[in-house]
Amino acid sequence: MTQTAPSPFREGIRDGIPIALGYFAVSFTLGIAARNAGLNAFQGFLASILNLASAGEYAGFALIALSAPYWEVALVTAITNARYLLMSAALSQKFSPKATLLQRLSVGYAVTDEIFGITMARPGALEPRYNYGAMAVAMPAWAVGTALGVVVGNILPLRAVSALSVALYGMFLAVIIPPARKSRVVAGLVGLSFAASYAAGVLPVVSGWSEGTRVILLTLLLAGGAAALFPVREEDGDGQ
Amino acid sequence: MGNNIYLYIFVMWVVTYIIRVLPLTLIRGQIQNRFLRSFLYYVPYVTLAVMTFPAIVTATQVPLAGALALCAGVVLAWLGAGLFPVSAVCCAVVFAVELFLV
Repeated sequence: MTQTAPSPFREGIRDGIPIALGYFAVSFTLGIAARNAGLNAFQGFLASILNLASAGEYAGFALIALSAPYWEVALVTAITNARYLLMSAALSQKFSPKATLLQRLSVGYAVTDEIFGITMARPGALEPRYNYGAMAVAMPAWAVGTALGVVVGNILPLRAVSALSVALYGMFLAVIIPPARKSRVVAGLVGLSFAASYAAGVLPVVSGWSEGTRVILLTLLLAGGAAALFPVREEDGDGQ
Repeated sequence: MGNNIYLYIFVMWVVTYIIRVLPLTLIRGQIQNRFLRSFLYYVPYVTLAVMTFPAIVTATQVPLAGALALCAGVVLAWLGAGLFPVSAVCCAVVFAVELFLV
């Protein structure tokens, strides 16, 4: 790390560490939900290493606890995770057109809010090895945390959970604020998104919708509005 | 109706994976439509901002701790600090504030 530039894989590990810490803290509660649904530690590990989705897994476990039909689990999983469609579409523009199908399939495996965030924040075309590095630390943390949650519940003191729970939001800030400094449009959009997200959480009808639905609708509305009013110029369209 | 946990996990996995890779594999190359390109360019900022606030304030035991972490994070990120430092300082702020208030 001291000589020359670090390899993309190492960079990915470095940026994956805060994600892993946040995941580890959050996944205990997921493990508790898994145990309540009748999953053992191995099944909790498996569900998390395969799905890598907090809200989606919560919803799934809640339905498993009710012995819901499989199609219902499929439907609710699709709705809860629908925002990944948008993220995946955004990532498609970051990929070099020369990227192989295998690279797309492997990077796509771990389109989570956080890994998506750091991928978009990295300048230039998407470098799959960077994503593999982040996945190498973040995925085990998520899955092991879930399994531990199944076995022992939350082993971290409340104080530590509370502090670590903002790790992921801190990362989001590190992703969205620097471009906001460079572009007044992005700055305005971030501010507007904060306000709209708050409003959506307190307004009568809207606040009854699930968090995932609200994220999708606000994204369509605000990013769509910004695209109509402030279309990006050719030269910076594929960049950051 | 269903009772096999492995089958449940399998269903969740298939659905989630399809959602994640479909656009990534179907959209090859640059989209030419200017509106769509702009829309996808703005997507990350809106999505991540919407997920950050007010969630960061409600995630902590004391809302003030989350609010101060938000301020510290915005200032540090504005000054150009990287992912890890911003993230670590946000955690430290929450820990310190809650030492006094909880």
